[in-house]
Amino acid sequence: MATSRDDFIIAIRSVFLKKGNQQRFSLIVLICFCIILIFLSRINFTPINYLKSGLNEVVYRISFIVSLPEKQINNSFVAVNKHLKLYDQYNNLQDELKLLKGKNYNLNYLQSENERLRKLIDEYIINSDELVAKVLLDKNSPFLKSLIVNKGSKDNLKIGMAVLDGPYLIGKIVEVNYATSRVLLISDLNSKIPVILEPGDIQSIMTGTGKNFGKIQHFEKEYNFSQKKLIYTSGAGGVFKSGIPIGEFIDEDKIEFFSDLSQLTFVKLVSFEKQENY
Amino acid sequence: MSVESKKTIFNNILESAPLLLLFISVLNEFDFNYLNYKYFSFNFPFILIYYWSLKKSESLGYGFIFIAGLFNDVVIGYPIGLSGLTYLIICGFAAYLRNITLRPNIINDWLFFLLTILAATSINYFLLISIFNVDVNYYDLTGNIFFTFLFYYIFYHVFEFYYKSVFKRVKND
Repeated sequence: MATSRDDFIIAIRSVFLKKGNQQRFSLIVLICFCIILIFLSRINFTPINYLKSGLNEVVYRISFIVSLPEKQINNSFVAVNKHLKLYDQYNNLQDELKLLKGKNYNLNYLQSENERLRKLIDEYIINSDELVAKVLLDKNSPFLKSLIVNKGSKDNLKIGMAVLDGPYLIGKIVEVNYATSRVLLISDLNSKIPVILEPGDIQSIMTGTGKNFGKIQHFEKEYNFSQKKLIYTSGAGGVFKSGIPIGEFIDEDKIEFFSDLSQLTFVKLVSFEKQENY
Repeated sequence: MSVESKKTIFNNILESAPLLLLFISVLNEFDFNYLNYKYFSFNFPFILIYYWSLKKSESLGYGFIFIAGLFNDVVIGYPIGLSGLTYLIICGFAAYLRNITLRPNIINDWLFFLLTILAATSINYFLLISIFNVDVNYYDLTGNIFFTFLFYYIFYHVFEFYYKSVFKRVKND
């Protein structure tokens, strides 16, 4: 019994303390170093933030180059899939076009009426600054849905800015480096967006699921969802302006996004400000 | 350049291949996620680090594994040091198995790999959830562990073939 315990202790000691022929560090030294790094990043120790920012700049660029072959394979895979579905998509688009043409006749009138009414009730108009950025990396890790874009603090980017794909919301900036930034996608588990369901004016919070769809975190009361509903930002909390389209409500556990989050090459980074003296 | 020195450079490149593959895999995260199969993903660096730490620990080196961990943290947006810690725990388990094993066999290695990734991933996600308050989808996590475990068997044979054809040949040269 004592011998087997001794053997175990010898094996463990050898694992953690012994350095191999070409090893400069023992395992225990590096493990301790990692724990110190984790602890320091938890307390937001400034030198660690600088180290992280420097590493981000270098690693994002290298990773962009290293990812090119896989990106090529991915693109080919998507292209083949699109070709296979082309005929069905064409038919669907024809139907959709007919419908949209009808709706469009009414839109201009509604828009001008909306502006006139907002003036009447003294509602503020929102100014927005737009910036187009290229997606450097889109790591669709199962645990973190984020993008790296090629704009950073040198382009006056700030944490919290909205990220759009065309007119649709796809996420917000959560980390800004000098020349790059990280975007947390709306599909990430940690993303929480105040939303409004229209028609019906139902306020709620949308959260990501880690998949290519979102879900409603909670409703204040029971609603009857017989009619098709679309989801927009509600503007609550002041992070985003109200009315940015996000997706279509299928049921409480499934919101289909308008934008395909796995196929982003360029995105719009937008900051919103209330216009003064309107 | 003489034939001898050309041969040495070529052998060095072949011997560094596991390390190169480790850096490419952490920078690239190739895990076939674009196939969009539900719950399907696997952690290639875990397999690579475990196998090479078990068979030939000098081919990777703890220092490089630590740096690869830092790179991985940056790429997937984890707190600095977390992936490094996970990778080094895998190295620790592999080194322990190497020390206590007289006659290696694939089934033992494979089952011990399951224990290793369960322990390493548990520590990783315990730190993420308890210290950094990050939400995790446990179905995805279980799927990732399961497929990583299954894929070890396949990659074991691929690496074994490479190990026999490169490292033993270099030794004979």
